[in-house]
Amino acid sequence: MEKHQLQYETVRFNLNGRDVERTVDVRASLTDMLRNDFRMTSVKKGCEVGECGACTVLIDGETFNSCIYLAVWAQGKHIRTLEGVLGPDGQLSDVQQAFVEEAAIQCGFCTPGFVLTAEEILETGQEYTDEQLRKLLSGHLCRCTGYENILRAVKKAMYRRLGKEPPQ
Amino acid sequence: MYDIKALYQAKSVADAVALRLAHPEAQIIAGGSDVLVQMREGKRAGAELISIQTLDEIRGVSMDDDGTIRIGSLTSFSHITWDPLIQKYINVLGQAVDQVGGPQIRNIGTIGGNTCNGVTSADSASTLHAWDAIIELTGPDGIRRQPIHDFYIRAGVVDIREGEIQTAILIPKESYENCFGHYIKYAMRSAMDIATLGTSVNVRLSADKKTVERARVAFGVAGPVPLRAVRAEELAAGQPVSLELAERFAQAVKEDINPRDSWRAAKDFRIHIAVESAKRAFIESVKLAGGDL
Ligand SMILES: Cc1cc2nc3c(=O)[nH]c(=O)nc-3n(C[C@H](O)[C@H](O)[C@H](O)COP(=O)(O)OP(=O)(O)OC[C@H]3O[C@@H](n4cnc5c(N)ncnc54)[C@H](O)[C@@H]3O)c2cc1C
Ligand code: FES
Ligand code: FES
Repeated sequence: MEKHQLQYETVRFNLNGRDVERTVDVRASLTDMLRNDFRMTSVKKGCEVGECGACTVLIDGETFNSCIYLAVWAQGKHIRTLEGVLGPDGQLSDVQQAFVEEAAIQCGFCTPGFVLTAEEILETGQEYTDEQLRKLLSGHLCRCTGYENILRAVKKAMYRRLGKEPPQ
Repeated sequence: MYDIKALYQAKSVADAVALRLAHPEAQIIAGGSDVLVQMREGKRAGAELISIQTLDEIRGVSMDDDGTIRIGSLTSFSHITWDPLIQKYINVLGQAVDQVGGPQIRNIGTIGGNTCNGVTSADSASTLHAWDAIIELTGPDGIRRQPIHDFYIRAGVVDIREGEIQTAILIPKESYENCFGHYIKYAMRSAMDIATLGTSVNVRLSADKKTVERARVAFGVAGPVPLRAVRAEELAAGQPVSLELAERFAQAVKEDINPRDSWRAAKDFRIHIAVESAKRAFIESVKLAGGDL
């Protein structure tokens, strides 16, 4: 078989608020680059075909499965991973705190993805019904929790941000 | 790492056309949600790719001077659903693409990719057929426009010629004006599943809302490519709005559809859900149009 020529490109983007630059192999996925070049190990390798959501990151505020996104496409983008939602001294975010309180985590493999999707949802500043939240969270698989506690945690964080009491 | 032989990143539509001519073997990649998954599966392993991902000039929804709605081929599903023009004039398209995969896939996947893959189950395809969409392609000789019906050649094959890329999907004013539609995706799961059958109906009623001026219906997975059920459409045109008409319209779709047996569903079952979905989508469309049923 014909040998592939190695091909590299330099990408500049903003990662969790910091401008960064890397020269990457064009065959790398965004997951590969974030984990290998930036040690963003919250970005998990699950199915690697867009099904499970473990690799979710925020690109310009929208959730993407980084496993089916080429690293070179990051050029000029603002990318947020779970590492970027922590407070300056490593404090948990409101969403993470709600996950802890509601026992929405077991093995934790799906958690970074869920937390980032929850960020996207809550940043709209809207109030959602349970049914709407279920749909908005449906791009993530969790093998452990059975989803109910995750739903509860996102709801709790939503009502806290809205400054409202959750309906009983 | 993906098994990509070479990656060419287009800087403009003209550049993409030039790259297509320079590398005739290379495959186009837009959002990548089909291409990269198939590359992982080995189907496209070792391919050369022309990336059009960063061409913002063909992203977004706008209205041309003659009232045609222009959907840039790179517009993602979520951006279609949230677009004010789509919400105002072709709400059913936003509703249909909001049922693709899950939220992240709807941020990634583009409507251009959803039509250029030539897949019958594509969630935008039946609605685009039902609204007589025009496919705009840009190639070495400029722009070529083609009705979506002719764009689909056979399962998985569409009419994209040498050097061309799809740049927009157009919905002419005559097609959307005063039209209201509804899409039903029948699938085993309510998220992250491919349609067993997709049904898109739209109607235009007379000014007094008592007569169906025009009804259109298209299906995905009722044949190798998305298709219209023209006999049902002819039957409904000019008829008074009634539940009985909804029933006759739905029964008539059987004359045009040709689903197959697959592991997802048997042919008879697909026919059954086609009739039932056509009826429900017709009733819902009439209601949206202000008709009384
Ligand atoms: C987990 C998962 C779930 C999914 N669920 C659904 C679903 O429920 N419903 C559904 O309809 N689809 C679904 N899909 C399929 C996919 O997301 C859609 O078909 C999407 O629209 C593809 O768009 P893309 O931009 O990602 O395409 P790409 O993968 O970039 O391209 C798809 C094909 O179109 C060609 N192409 C793309 N753009 C152009 C252009 N402008 N000009 C010429 N050729 C072009 C490419 O060469 C390729 O052959 C799913 C995919 C995944 C991974
Ligand atoms: S690892 Fe990306 S979606 Fe599963
Ligand atoms: S906590 Fe284990 S996969 Fe969700």
